Amino acid sequence: MQNHYDVIVIGGGAAGLTAGIYLSRAKVNTLILNEGAVGGQMVLTHEIANYPGIESISGYELARNMKSQAQKFGCTIKSNLKITELDLNSETKKVTVNNKDVYTAHAVIIATGGKSRTIGAPGEDEFKGKGISYCATCDGDFFQDKEIIVVGGGNSALEEAVSLTKYASKVTIVHQFDHFQAFEHYVEEAKKNPKINFIMESKIIEFTGDEKLTGVKIQHQQTKEITAMDIDGVFIFIGYVPNTEKLEGIVELNDWKEILVDKNLATNIPGVFAAGDSIAKRYRQVTTAVADGTIAALSAAEFVNNIKKELLLAQAN
Amino acid sequence: MLRTNLTHVLSEQEHAKLLQENENVMICCGRMGPMCIPVYESMEELEGEYKNIKFADMEFDTPDAKVIRNLPECRSFQGLPFVVYYKNGKVVKATSSIQSKEQITEILDEHFGNN
Repeated sequence: MQNHYDVIVIGGGAAGLTAGIYLSRAKVNTLILNEGAVGGQMVLTHEIANYPGIESISGYELARNMKSQAQKFGCTIKSNLKITELDLNSETKKVTVNNKDVYTAHAVIIATGGKSRTIGAPGEDEFKGKGISYCATCDGDFFQDKEIIVVGGGNSALEEAVSLTKYASKVTIVHQFDHFQAFEHYVEEAKKNPKINFIMESKIIEFTGDEKLTGVKIQHQQTKEITAMDIDGVFIFIGYVPNTEKLEGIVELNDWKEILVDKNLATNIPGVFAAGDSIAKRYRQVTTAVADGTIAALSAAEFVNNIKKELLLAQAN
Repeated sequence: MLRTNLTHVLSEQEHAKLLQENENVMICCGRMGPMCIPVYESMEELEGEYKNIKFADMEFDTPDAKVIRNLPECRSFQGLPFVVYYKNGKVVKATSSIQSKEQITEILDEHFGNN
């Protein structure tokens, strides 16, 4: 088995797959190592209608196309594995995975993306799929004529709350602040929907039920008053957190655990680049991830080519 | 038909035949949605590793999928996909919503043993 590559890309979402496409097309020997299913957060998007040049495509199809495009250029993709060890500070970068295989490369691109933030309240794990959902398009129809809660105050929460009124008899939006972060038109649309009402400045502190979810306990953030509420379902849309736990103490991160990069998407470690939702930036879209993947790939390719030139010069001398 | 490389169960009869002909069976009943696709992908990868298990999918919205939807073990489920594990035709485990490859592997090892 070949274990040494020019570049290892960690993460197989939009940024990682784009890096794989660019690098492999430039004949840079590239391996993508991916912990989950290929496609990352892109797969969670039911319809992408603003990807330039494509009027409408599902996130799954776009991911599948990107994967196949990368593989056609010769990129090796290994998915559904767990990275157990990272040695990025040495000249030869080393990545160890759960079956003890070790992969090495001259350069690494970190494109680990993000994951849905969870509330972390008691009962959340227990009732996942039994009343608690993170996907309105997947599970909305289980709540026909039922009363549900949507947690969150961003674009996703407000947009999905409105879409869930197709099924639910009543949707209560629970948000921790006294105002929404969502764009005004999403807020307006939710406010004018007669099935939607709001509980502001409040957080769910416990999920209750037996075989499935039947209620929640909600605490007001100012008064600390706790209210029990009977409910059939809870949809959680409270944003994303970067997948950077394994990078703490290795790569420089900011207070939000996002990777700090320069304009070439280089991190503080020579030969280590980062791209996509895990880096410090404001806008997280498929298109921005694709752009990041391109920049990181070109930067990494340049870095690898320089190393190879130096090696050739050293051999010649 | 679901766009996966797994064996597709298209009817109640095929479901019964699959259970009759195979000691260990895992069926993922879902749609081509964000919570289901990662499970199909994990199953496709595990198919090569676990030769003693038959991996299959079934479209959730097909009427015959009632053989899974109406199982007592799935009574409380409200999240796709519904994944059911059978040994000698009997349900030994069922899960609702997305599961990681690691979680699936744990269930396979516990109920079917490693190949």
